[in-house]
Amino acid sequence: MAIDFLVHEAADGVGVVVVEGLKANQEITGWIMKEDQTIKIKILNDIPIGHKVALKDFATSDTVIKYNTDIGKVVAPIKKGEHLHVHNVKTKRW
Amino acid sequence: MQTKFFGYRRENGRVGIRNHVVILPLDDLSNAACEAVANNIKGVLAIPHAYGRLQFGKDLDLHFRTLIGAGCNPNVAAVVVIGIEPQWTNKIVEGIASTGKPVFGFSIEQNGDLNTIAAASRKAKELLQWATELPRTECDVKELVVSTKCGESDTTSGIATNPTVGNAYDKLYEQGSTLIFGETTELTGGEHLVLERCINDEVRADFQKYFDRYAKVIDDHKTSDLSDSQPTKGNIEGGLTTIEEKALGNIQKIGRKAPVVGCLDLAEAPTSNGLWFMDSSSAAAEMVTLCAAAGAVVHFFPTGQGNIIGNPLLPVIKLCSNPRTLRTMEEHFDVDVSGLVRREINMDEAGDKLLEMMISTCNGRLTAAEALGHREFIMTRLYESA
Repeated sequence: MAIDFLVHEAADGVGVVVVEGLKANQEITGWIMKEDQTIKIKILNDIPIGHKVALKDFATSDTVIKYNTDIGKVVAPIKKGEHLHVHNVKTKRW
Repeated sequence: MQTKFFGYRRENGRVGIRNHVVILPLDDLSNAACEAVANNIKGVLAIPHAYGRLQFGKDLDLHFRTLIGAGCNPNVAAVVVIGIEPQWTNKIVEGIASTGKPVFGFSIEQNGDLNTIAAASRKAKELLQWATELPRTECDVKELVVSTKCGESDTTSGIATNPTVGNAYDKLYEQGSTLIFGETTELTGGEHLVLERCINDEVRADFQKYFDRYAKVIDDHKTSDLSDSQPTKGNIEGGLTTIEEKALGNIQKIGRKAPVVGCLDLAEAPTSNGLWFMDSSSAAAEMVTLCAAAGAVVHFFPTGQGNIIGNPLLPVIKLCSNPRTLRTMEEHFDVDVSGLVRREINMDEAGDKLLEMMISTCNGRLTAAEALGHREFIMTRLYESA
């Protein structure tokens, strides 16, 4: 089956789009690499190749997990299926 | 995996995969003479750079270590050093002579550019004709010093391209190769993973010292959260959001098997085989130049958005798995591992594909960056000149 996005591990809250041209309201198919599972999700925004889709709802100050590790903090609420990037997530380090 | 290739075994026993006769400037002022020699004698390689005057202390030490290391690199058959004055010129010559390879110095004061260029050109011609008679001989991958650094990374780097390097590093570790990684601040958010890989407490403490030193440089000079420069604009365009996310992708390059056997100062050469951390900038040309100075002879450079870097001494094998990047700038890539993101190949196959390209490169195939003329030789500076 053709894959639209990849997820490192089942514990992660985000997936990475690996195809071009995905549009809002599309249902897309993902592969969780570590656990070898297939999942589907409806995206709420256009999401460019390489960019992340939220796999669950996030509230402000939540931690985003990818690689089963903390990759930063949420600075604006994000719904499942929305584009998750620099407009709603920031580093905790610098 | 194929473990044999035909390389150049140097006077000190070290193995190179290129056979350059280098015209090496001590300082910025000597670039013109070096480039004139390279114009006179076809086939020698001038390496112009921006520095070398009024440096002092650790920054001067690094300048000498970088230039001497570049001359000592096993990809170099012989060296002509040109400097504005003889004393520092001779210091470079003596450093490179420790390898046993031919090296000669020329200085410009009391000679002028033209007499210097004439004398250095005669010597360069003699060295080039000598070097081009050297035969390639059978060598083993365990004799290789391999380095890696990624650039213009995106999320496909962490998913596919960097783990491909990790897979190749695991296989080279098992063969006994010497492996270098670095990019100190680009480990921020994943430094605990490197600490876990250190072979003992001494190496762990050493890594922590280098990491803390560089973190302090950021803290002392930052005017924001660095989100205007790290991640880079290219990283962000490619979907990377924070330094933590970038670092966790970066660390995939060191694979899963090799412990970190030691830490190196900038441009310092490893003293045994195995996986070494080298303190270094994360700017591609600076880091790859430091690897060349540390004696690496072949480099793995995974990229997402398409960093196009090369190095005059160290062949840079570029790999990518982002389908858009591969489509729009395909001339820059040596290895296409986009099959990983389409689930057409597995990581073991991707690692083998990279290692096959490494063997071809070691046997003499020019990398994309070499064919396109990318020769970024960029010295790292620690602080202002006096």
